[in-house]
Amino acid sequence: MTAPLLEIEDVVVEYPLRGFRQAPARVLHGISLDILPGETVGLVGESGSGKTTLGRAVLGLAPVTGGEIRFRGERISGIGTKARRALSRDIQVVFQDPYSSLNPAMTVADILTEPLVVAGASRADADRRVRDLLDEVHLPQDAGQRLPREFSGGQRQRIAIARALSRDPAVIVCDEPVSALDLSTQSRVLDLFIEIQERTGVAYLFITHDLSVVRHISHRVAVMHRGELVETGDAAQVTSDPRHSYTRTLLLAAPVPDPARQAARREERHRLAAARA
Amino acid sequence: MSLLSDGGPAAAAAPSSSVAPTAVPPRAGVARRFLRKPVAVASVAWLLLVAVLAAAAPLLTSASPTASSITNALAPFGGDSPLGTDGLGRDVLAQLLYGARTSLVGALIVVAVALVLGLPAGVLAGYYRGRFDAAASWVANLVMAQPAIIILLVVLAQFGRSTELAMLVFGVVIAPGVFRLVRASIIAVRGELYVDAARVAGLSDPRIMRRHVLPVVVAPTIIQMSQVLGIAIVLQAGLEFIGLGSANQASWGGMLNDAFAKIYAAPNLLLLPGLAIVVTVTACSLVGNGLRDVLGVGATPPVRRRSAVRAVGPVVEDGRPSSGTAPAPDDALLRVEGLRVAYPEPDGGEGEVVHGVSLTIRRGEVHGLVGESGSGKSQTAFAVLGLLPPQAHTSATTLTFDGGDLRGISRRGMNQLRGRRIGYIPQEPMSNLDPSFRIGSQLTEPMRHHLGLSKAEAKAKAIQLLDRVGIVDPARVFDSYPHQISGGMAQRVLIAGALSCDPDLLIADEPTTALDVTVQAEVLDLVRDLQAERDLGVLLVTHDFGVVADLCDTVTVMRAGEVVESAAAAQLFADPQHEYTRSLLAATLEGGPARAALTTPAGGTR
Amino acid sequence: MLGFLLKRLGAGVVLVWVTATATFFLTNATGSDPARRIVGPQADAATVLAKRQELGLDRPVLERYWDWLTSAVHGDLGVSWFTNQPVGGTVADALPISLSLVVAAIVLTALVSVVIGVVAAVRGGWVDSALQGASILAFAVPNFLVGLLLALVFAVQLGLFPAIGYTPFAQDPGLWAASITLPAVALAIGATATVATQTRGSMIDVLGQDYVRTLRSRGLPTRSILLKHALRNAAPASLTVLSLQFIALISGAVVIEKVFGLNGIGERATSAASTGDVPVVLGVVVLTVVLVVVVNLLADLALGWLNPKVRTA
Repeated sequence: MTAPLLEIEDVVVEYPLRGFRQAPARVLHGISLDILPGETVGLVGESGSGKTTLGRAVLGLAPVTGGEIRFRGERISGIGTKARRALSRDIQVVFQDPYSSLNPAMTVADILTEPLVVAGASRADADRRVRDLLDEVHLPQDAGQRLPREFSGGQRQRIAIARALSRDPAVIVCDEPVSALDLSTQSRVLDLFIEIQERTGVAYLFITHDLSVVRHISHRVAVMHRGELVETGDAAQVTSDPRHSYTRTLLLAAPVPDPARQAARREERHRLAAARA
Repeated sequence: MSLLSDGGPAAAAAPSSSVAPTAVPPRAGVARRFLRKPVAVASVAWLLLVAVLAAAAPLLTSASPTASSITNALAPFGGDSPLGTDGLGRDVLAQLLYGARTSLVGALIVVAVALVLGLPAGVLAGYYRGRFDAAASWVANLVMAQPAIIILLVVLAQFGRSTELAMLVFGVVIAPGVFRLVRASIIAVRGELYVDAARVAGLSDPRIMRRHVLPVVVAPTIIQMSQVLGIAIVLQAGLEFIGLGSANQASWGGMLNDAFAKIYAAPNLLLLPGLAIVVTVTACSLVGNGLRDVLGVGATPPVRRRSAVRAVGPVVEDGRPSSGTAPAPDDALLRVEGLRVAYPEPDGGEGEVVHGVSLTIRRGEVHGLVGESGSGKSQTAFAVLGLLPPQAHTSATTLTFDGGDLRGISRRGMNQLRGRRIGYIPQEPMSNLDPSFRIGSQLTEPMRHHLGLSKAEAKAKAIQLLDRVGIVDPARVFDSYPHQISGGMAQRVLIAGALSCDPDLLIADEPTTALDVTVQAEVLDLVRDLQAERDLGVLLVTHDFGVVADLCDTVTVMRAGEVVESAAAAQLFADPQHEYTRSLLAATLEGGPARAALTTPAGGTR
Repeated sequence: MLGFLLKRLGAGVVLVWVTATATFFLTNATGSDPARRIVGPQADAATVLAKRQELGLDRPVLERYWDWLTSAVHGDLGVSWFTNQPVGGTVADALPISLSLVVAAIVLTALVSVVIGVVAAVRGGWVDSALQGASILAFAVPNFLVGLLLALVFAVQLGLFPAIGYTPFAQDPGLWAASITLPAVALAIGATATVATQTRGSMIDVLGQDYVRTLRSRGLPTRSILLKHALRNAAPASLTVLSLQFIALISGAVVIEKVFGLNGIGERATSAASTGDVPVVLGVVVLTVVLVVVVNLLADLALGWLNPKVRTA
């Protein structure tokens, strides 16, 4: 049994509300989840389920008010900004919106070298690394001199992936990285994620609302609902034979591209709903 | 949103979400573009000229601007005083030149003070928020509530007349404006994901500030400063005009004061100082406008001739061949043939985004229009509704609804169809309800207009509709405002709105894309039930083959503005004819194998 | 809604208090000796001392502040150092003149700028270009210069309006209107350009919103979409700018009053400022800030009515 890379233990996230003596809004109600080295854990849920907040908590962008998050056994929740900055080598992110996640005023090369220069790399080393990174995400070499707005959504997402990879992280938090993309682009970007993982052994916390995406990319899947984890298991089991009724509802709600099968699923969904009523 | 993502070529590059002043900061090329604007260049030249003349005043005239000589009052042009003398015999040219000094120095004091106070405070308040922000904003509001001249009167009453002091204080008075602009820009950029990404990348706060945050503030601040220069010159002239400028100092406002005293004897004394102020301040504004155009910050572009609210000009006839097949059955509810949509491009030409699309919808038929972003599917739907932006140029060989030609139809004629016989369901539920009106009022307005119902009848029908679309407490929702209901409810309200006048055709533009899957399933069920119940024709625009499979009888697949395939749904899924359709269907992940559980950590050396 | 208004009222009271206090200490605790200023440079030390005692300036500043504040709360703003007239009366006499001017200007601004802003946003074309050009010019021409030109043309040349002076409303409403027309127009032009530009911008924003397209899809008449839905949603932004312009108008009125020989608050304030008559200056400050608070409250009331999110909060 390999030791987990990332351990999320009973994590609570609360945001203070305005107003005197107002109880804070609790977004996560004690979530526990492990990620092994080289593993993809898919985190599925609808809007407001808290899946994005959990990702931000791992990244240090959301306040963890209970429980703790450990990386290689060391606590990383509630640590100082300096210690947090040191973690930037190991924990990285790819956001959903390929438009606002890249600074429109910086060239792609500047975007990619920024984390390296911060880490103290020389300019020449950084430039060399940019060439490798562009190659890794299958972008042309001249992309470095261009601005983000010259790229399509899918290409921008590749740039964001390259930025995340620049310092060989151990884990990348992927927050709905393919949700804004067209179907055909989406599958190519997902394949890129898998390819990179197989080559580098990076682990992903892969956040999405789409069960078919999560099934494609995840080794294990965790389902969130209203700030709680309702089900965790292997991808095949959770996405084809879910145990929890919420997961089943979620699974049946997504329409499939086959009229006959979709009609059958609709029937089943109605039966399930009638049975619950 | 759908218009943007599916829109013309220019729209494809534009990030749809950034409304905030997060424009691209200055880069190489800004200077070059600025130099291509003659008005802005002339304005800069004028300001430079004024500065040079002010600096060189002692070289240009030997006369003293303040030495009066009653015997030589109101001297005409020419002679010792090239521009004549004023009512106290002071040399007008010398006063203008030295007055320029007073104006420019005063204006620069204002700009400097406003920047020194407003910029850092705005940056800190916007970036760190919290208590400092609360305190600074409170002070800013306090200062902004004071009339500037009253504050200046108090200070001058206490410390004596001094233009420099007045400008210093005015800098303080105007600093909240800088503070608020900077703060708003910073707050906007702070919400951008690239700032989060920089934080995750390990950048320190000062570095994030320098690399990502401050550049965004530069452009709007420079533009604002050009306005502040102008405001300062005007205000200073006002103070001098009421006699509160420094004593014994030449100034444009002082000249106007003197001219006012002699207004009956020599009204032309107003002319030169007046012009000096007006031209200089105009130049400041024009420099600001030029910068704004070049940097692309905050301005709304000029409005084209045609009304932004009006429907498009009539769809014109077109004899060119069309793509796609249209068997043209007699019972067609909607027939579209050879539909083309084009937008004017900056170079003067036109860019066509829909290239001769054809499709037919029968009564009671649900027709899916599928494609990826940029395929022209939403443009096609909006063209049928006559809801494209005014600059769109639309043509078709055939465009009929229930046998009536929609080409060349009047706005009035179209308005009798829209809402009444053709219903529309938009994509984003929350942004498609007017936030200022109650849901009931938004539902009843079309019914009262089209069906002539009384207020009570319309209300009864609206509540019935709300009940029908599955809203649990229709009376309460009827009296609610849009911000008080959820997205799923809002979409039900919009469906009720589309159906309120019992239309024959429903045009739905990605009606479930913005919803969660569980809500999507319910809304799809609702649309299916209502369609069956009312025998509606439906044009369903979507990118999701699952939605098509769930709802549609026939399907048209679009790519890059053209129809690639049109078929019955069962046939399309079972036996797609076109290569592109096959590739799209293959790209769906659904039904594919799940990834196996991790056995040995790949490359687990880390 | 009521809670919102009470909160704003509280903030307004704090604003008045802070402003009055800051002004009091600025004018009473700094600068040259006012007693010396009043009696003149030739007077001997004993005269100065006597004057200082007469004005109570020999007492500690905090004590004077407390006295002044408690009287002010009861409506007594003290006595002018130079004329010995009560400040309250002096200011109250001048108030109707300035108020007529500023209120007429703000009403004019509101009406004209909504029409121009809406037309520019909806029709575009030359109206829009004209608005853009005019707003630059209106920004660049000082309002007192506009006033001078208006007076020269309409009063001196054409004789349509009086060039100077004020007729109270109670005396003759017609003459009252004539006496404030030119100054109000001069005052309103700059504000109109600003508010019209804002109205144009927010109308264009609103007309580009999804819900406007949806309203059009419902086949509603253009007039209803424009004047009912779009204008209603564009109004809050314009109203906010209008309430800020009110403050600018008070500043402008101080200068305009001089051009038209109106003996309003501005004239009193200017002469008090040049002589250093602290009680009058203080009185003017308190009065204007109260005026600003009242107008802001009215604006809040209107905003609450326009914006259901405020009303239903």
